[in-house]
Amino acid sequence: MHNATLKSYITGFILSIILTLAAYLAVMNHMFDGGVLLTIILFFAFLQMLVQLVFFLHMAKESRPHWNLVMLLSFASVIFIMVVGSLWIMHHLNYNMSPMQMNNYLLKDEGMRK
Amino acid sequence: MRKTNHELTQHEIESNDKVHFGFWVYLMTDLLMFAALFATFSVLRNNTFGGISMKDIFDGPFVLTETMLLLTSSFTSGLAMLYALGKNKKMTLIFLALTFLLGAGFLGMELNEFAKLFAEGNTPQRSAFLSSFFTLVGTHGLHITAGLLWLTVCMALVRSRGLTNNVISKLTRFSMFWHFLDIVWIFIFTIVYLMGHA
Repeated sequence: MHNATLKSYITGFILSIILTLAAYLAVMNHMFDGGVLLTIILFFAFLQMLVQLVFFLHMAKESRPHWNLVMLLSFASVIFIMVVGSLWIMHHLNYNMSPMQMNNYLLKDEGMRK
Repeated sequence: MRKTNHELTQHEIESNDKVHFGFWVYLMTDLLMFAALFATFSVLRNNTFGGISMKDIFDGPFVLTETMLLLTSSFTSGLAMLYALGKNKKMTLIFLALTFLLGAGFLGMELNEFAKLFAEGNTPQRSAFLSSFFTLVGTHGLHITAGLLWLTVCMALVRSRGLTNNVISKLTRFSMFWHFLDIVWIFIFTIVYLMGHA
């Protein structure tokens, strides 16, 4: 935090506003199709997280050894496994276990009827 | 043993670094909790039990205003830190007060949104989707509430003790907490609100 400068905060603030508005406008105007739109706004969110980590929390200016960064990355890997794993498992659980949903999926994805 | 001189000794810098690292570890565990709530929400988002879905809750300009309020308060808390490091007590207090007002505005809007949903009978008991929605967004709101209380204490400390190294270290931790909450909100804004509308 000690190497903070005004310029860094202003840059971060402006970039954050731009990324927020870009994601917002893309959604409000339905600029892209479902999957592409989701990928784009998630990418903007990720980018804004990096912007705030660098310009607000000054992660890039941390002196060696980069313990804060190491903690962030190890927690990020745990979070990735937990979130992606939960979604993956629960999606397949829905797909395979619930009779009503399974019919919907079969109808929608495979073009089959019960 | 309060230091009155403004020069940080080597020992103080190192112990401050340790304190800030410890606080960073706390923030990471908090992030883990939010990630669990995000995963729960993503799994349950379509289980509306015939009730309202995210599409009905989504109000574009409203949530954009909320986001801008919190983003600006994150920015002003950073500026308050800069003034604190420059030993400018008056400007530090002004920017901390500004941060408080913006944060309180955000919290007020969120409570207003919740109150509206409750009034229409859309309580957490209504559906799995609403349970996970209120838990995720409400937990963030609770953090903001705690942050506002903390900020009040910080302002009182700056007023009574001045910008000693000890107080600046406390302000640094508050500022880290506040920036962290804004980063979590980016994902609530994107995953809960924008993706609910998309």
